[in-house]
Amino acid sequence: MSGIFNSSIGRKFAMALSAFFLMIFLLQHFAINILSVLSPDAFNSASHFMGTFWVIQYVFQPILIFGVIFHFVMGFILEIRNRNARQISYAKNNGSANSTWMSRNMIWSGLTILAFLVLHFIDFWIPEINTKYIQGDLTGLLPNGDFRYHEELVHKFENPLRVAAYCLAFIFLALHLLHGFSSAFQSVGANNKYTRGLRGFGKAYAIILPLGFIFIALYHHFNH
Amino acid sequence: MNLTLKIWRQKNANDKGKLVDYKINDVSPDMSFLEMLDVLNEDLINKGDDPVAFDHDCREGICGMCSLYINGEAHGPDRGVTTCQLHMRMFKDGDTIFIEPFRATAFPVIKDLVVDRSAFDRIQHAGGFISINTSGNTVDANTIPVNKHDADEAFEAATCIGCGACVASCKNSSAMLFVGAKVSQFALLPQGRIEATDRVLNMVKQMDEEGFGNCTNTGACEVECPKGISLENIARMNREYLAASLKG
Ligand code: HEM
Ligand code: SF4
Ligand code: FES
Repeated sequence: MSGIFNSSIGRKFAMALSAFFLMIFLLQHFAINILSVLSPDAFNSASHFMGTFWVIQYVFQPILIFGVIFHFVMGFILEIRNRNARQISYAKNNGSANSTWMSRNMIWSGLTILAFLVLHFIDFWIPEINTKYIQGDLTGLLPNGDFRYHEELVHKFENPLRVAAYCLAFIFLALHLLHGFSSAFQSVGANNKYTRGLRGFGKAYAIILPLGFIFIALYHHFNH
Repeated sequence: MNLTLKIWRQKNANDKGKLVDYKINDVSPDMSFLEMLDVLNEDLINKGDDPVAFDHDCREGICGMCSLYINGEAHGPDRGVTTCQLHMRMFKDGDTIFIEPFRATAFPVIKDLVVDRSAFDRIQHAGGFISINTSGNTVDANTIPVNKHDADEAFEAATCIGCGACVASCKNSSAMLFVGAKVSQFALLPQGRIEATDRVLNMVKQMDEEGFGNCTNTGACEVECPKGISLENIARMNREYLAASLKG
């Protein structure tokens, strides 16, 4: 077992595990966000539950933060090692002859996602932590007695610049996943008779989910 | 046809090297790429210049010695061929052709277009074999039953000629397709299972020590491989490696 994560295959295995975790998390995040369009009340209760239930706050939230940090730090490590493996580049390289743009630019789609995550943290996570754990207000209520979550969300999507930034980030997430989804299966050694079907499913996941997030952002922007 | 060649010239391993332009006229479309370079070299020798150094041996696509990164692709624009099997009919009159060595930190340039691929030999020495008694009392391989499907897959993996086009094409200079093929060819057969655990651990360790990159699964290697070695071999090696790491 020793040394596995010091090997090229082990690093990619760990990368794929963190990616699987992030892809499942993304599904869960979407399921809650779409409620904000379908039913503000349901969105409020779900948000309140997620924001105050201790298992989620103290167990899953730290795992998620670790997962995200692990994924991008490992992404940087792999990128540096891969660059070192070819110190002199080709004068002429025809990359598109044999591979997709997405597969060759995971670091750039990843960095765009990372920039978005910084904005996302400033927008939602830091205010949440401030309200709940610094000000100590765990009620989740506005002064008028309504839940605050839906109200806050709608307010965030008033600014067209923020909406544009969100949409752009989700396009890059789609590009990241268009290669990443099937790549993660290959990294854990799964390449068999199900691979073709899985690739199709991966493409659907990579396009539909980000489009869904874009829809939610645009919906709130234009609806209020 | 008349062509402009931009060829990487480098006197020795320590020289910085640069691309040099050459004009070559009356190239026949029926020539192989290497024959075209032979004609250029003859011309250079007649002029008293240093001929372009490039690797070759069998010139029939079986030894893996010829290399070259031609117009941005390992072994040039054709599919399923080595450079010795590439023909000039793939190019047009007036074309400019870039000819560079395979680039990877693990494949240092020796001279001009010749690179040192002995890193592959060292990976093979680390485990690309089976320990079998060959001193007169060998058991006939056909006495051991092998599933036809496995035999076919092992055979396909064994067609890898160790040319290094996979490394040259990979944006990360990863050797996973080569090592995947070498691991698979034995992992699929009963004779190879006995040493399978040590083999994959040792070969991957050597691969990493040689300074090849990690696999991003871009699939460039599979497209450029002259023998059509498939990415399934990489997935098989990943499984073998993960299982072997758990064992010991
Ligand atoms: C936080 C910013 C992120 C960065 C900097 C980043 C970076 C990277 C990089 C560089 C790779 C390629 C690794 C390689 O094969 O060499 C990668 C792979 C991957 N990423 Fe990300 N990523 C980020 C966020 C995400 C998110 C949010 C998801 C999913 C929701 C995700 C899913 C994936 C998947 C599925 C793979 C493929 C894993 C594999 O090939 O085994 N990434 N990421
Ligand atoms: S896997 Fe293909 S490209 Fe790589 S060394 Fe073997 S034959 Fe050459
Ligand atoms: S010279 Fe032997 S494969 Fe090209």
